[in-house]
Amino acid sequence: MKRLGPGLILALVVGFAFLYLPILALIAYSFNASRLVTVWGGFSTHWYVTLMSNEPLLDAAWLSIRLAFVAATVATALGTLAALALARHGAFRGRTLFTGMVLAPLVMPEVITGLSLLLLFVAADVERGFWTVTIAHATFCLGFACIVVQSRLAGFDRSLEEAAQDLGATPFVTFWTVTLPLIWPAVAAAWMLAFTLSLDDLVIASFTTGPGATTLPMRLYSAIRLGVSPEINAACTIMIGAVAVAVIVASLLMKRDRLAGG
Amino acid sequence: MSARDDAAAAGPGKRKASPGSVRRAFQPWNDPAARPLVSFRNVAKRFGTVTAVDDLSLSLYPREFFALLGPSGCGKTTLMRMLAGFETPDAGEILLDGVDITKVPPHQRPVNMMFQSYALFPHLSVQANIAYGLKREGLPKPEIDRRVEEMLALVKLDGLGKRRPDQLSGGQRQRVALARSLAKRPKLLLLDEPMAALDRKLRESTQFELMDLQSELGLTFMVVTHDQDEAMTMADRMAVMSHGKLVQIGPPDVIYEAPANRYVAEFVGDINVIEGRVSAVAGDLVTLESPVAGTVELDEETLALKPGEAIFVGLRPEKISLSHDEPEQGVNKVAGEIWDIGYLGDFTMVQVMVGGDDGHLLKVALANRSRRIERPFAWEDKVWLSWDVEAGLVLPP
Repeated sequence: MKRLGPGLILALVVGFAFLYLPILALIAYSFNASRLVTVWGGFSTHWYVTLMSNEPLLDAAWLSIRLAFVAATVATALGTLAALALARHGAFRGRTLFTGMVLAPLVMPEVITGLSLLLLFVAADVERGFWTVTIAHATFCLGFACIVVQSRLAGFDRSLEEAAQDLGATPFVTFWTVTLPLIWPAVAAAWMLAFTLSLDDLVIASFTTGPGATTLPMRLYSAIRLGVSPEINAACTIMIGAVAVAVIVASLLMKRDRLAGG
Repeated sequence: MSARDDAAAAGPGKRKASPGSVRRAFQPWNDPAARPLVSFRNVAKRFGTVTAVDDLSLSLYPREFFALLGPSGCGKTTLMRMLAGFETPDAGEILLDGVDITKVPPHQRPVNMMFQSYALFPHLSVQANIAYGLKREGLPKPEIDRRVEEMLALVKLDGLGKRRPDQLSGGQRQRVALARSLAKRPKLLLLDEPMAALDRKLRESTQFELMDLQSELGLTFMVVTHDQDEAMTMADRMAVMSHGKLVQIGPPDVIYEAPANRYVAEFVGDINVIEGRVSAVAGDLVTLESPVAGTVELDEETLALKPGEAIFVGLRPEKISLSHDEPEQGVNKVAGEIWDIGYLGDFTMVQVMVGGDDGHLLKVALANRSRRIERPFAWEDKVWLSWDVEAGLVLPP
């Protein structure tokens, strides 16, 4: 291991401080006994208790979780199929176009994705609410899921699938008994990632939602506009915790998968 | 395997020997009434601009151990994959037991394959790997368990059924792959480079075990290999492939002793190739003048050679004798100087330069029958090479 010089250590500390100090401040103030966000009044879990009786916030959280669950599941299923198509069918006609179209949402500004989906839903005269947000989230998470699964399939030994077919398995049975059990860590990681992305999203949800379907980030954002309360800090702390756990689990799954696949 | 024993007893096959004159216990390919198990009929396969298999026809017979030998890229793997159903021919048809299987998908073919990488399912135990094909047949559980135990005993892996593939040695993995491909009792077993991942000692014993297993179970095996020792040891018949075509098909001894052309002669075993011009033909006896080896006489009747014709003659290294004194025979001898000696334990490969320093290097194989470390020949010795009239063979280009 190469030792870092003092300059590099300073750069590292400043960089991480810039990234994580605000979050740490937010977490710290969620345990603040004072009502004023910027004045420390001693340690308290008071705001977590009041949070539990904040019905609108809890409703929004429950809606976000259900929505993220459905959106992540749809995105992972479709993303896995897209990854299989990309990994398996070699240089089919239109491959570049297909790849580009699957992965475009990754780099597309969220405002554009949100606006275009809104226009679509308006044009199609769809009542906006839970399902329109779910569809929108599934759409932009699909590309992420596809990339995660595709990286696993790149190192996949095709002869395993051929062996299964040689032993009498139809392509469908081969997928369920050989392919999926071998790529499931990547599929699970893709699901975790999609779930987190959906849970976090504010912009696309704002564009595509309707009355009665307010997600947690939207509820928090509107609450902040009326003034920041430590209760919001508490809600955010819980969310950070949930997302951190999901991301860590996803990366552990991918790491384990790499070890198994290598 | 009795076919081979008989072939060995009959001595090296000479090209002039007609098929019936060498008694073989097992040679359905010479029996017009025998029904082939597999027939390739004018099969062709192209990948882009590369022709992998070129208008190829071939028949395999029940209980035959057939080896497909060729350098990498010659199309042998493609041919096998077409039989398994992983590639579809562009032209021609493939019959299995008289049924056209050209368009049948792999999972519906009564053919199983042992993959070069073994392709064991890493997430399943050894038992579950072997049971995989049986489950797909929908056999009842007790029957599957019984067959799995039977297969484990057959490949001598009793008691290892609960292990995962990554807990096994290379040789054990190979046995699991074999057991898995045999579990469904296929009409035909395809083996893709089955020994490639084994070390030399293990390879040798496994070859004989595989042969025993094949004759015991009465199955038909087709093995694809680039290793000629493997092909010659195991096969009843072998085919030498080049650029998508079969160059020669025959029992290993015929391929070695009577290669169809220069390509086969050079691919299978070691051979010295010398140029010459026919000077006289008297019955079976052909006399030629070679700038390298002087006057050469050889026994050859199948090729109608005419005086004046330029030909290539092949001489296997083990069929040449080496001596310090000039041999008494008048022809089939040449003087030279030893340039190199390669001691290989069982025999020594001597390279002799004939026709001066810029001449031609000929290889001579000497069997090391004595344990004496002092060898009768040394570097820079002046020696004589000589051979029988039966040793030389004419190689069509």
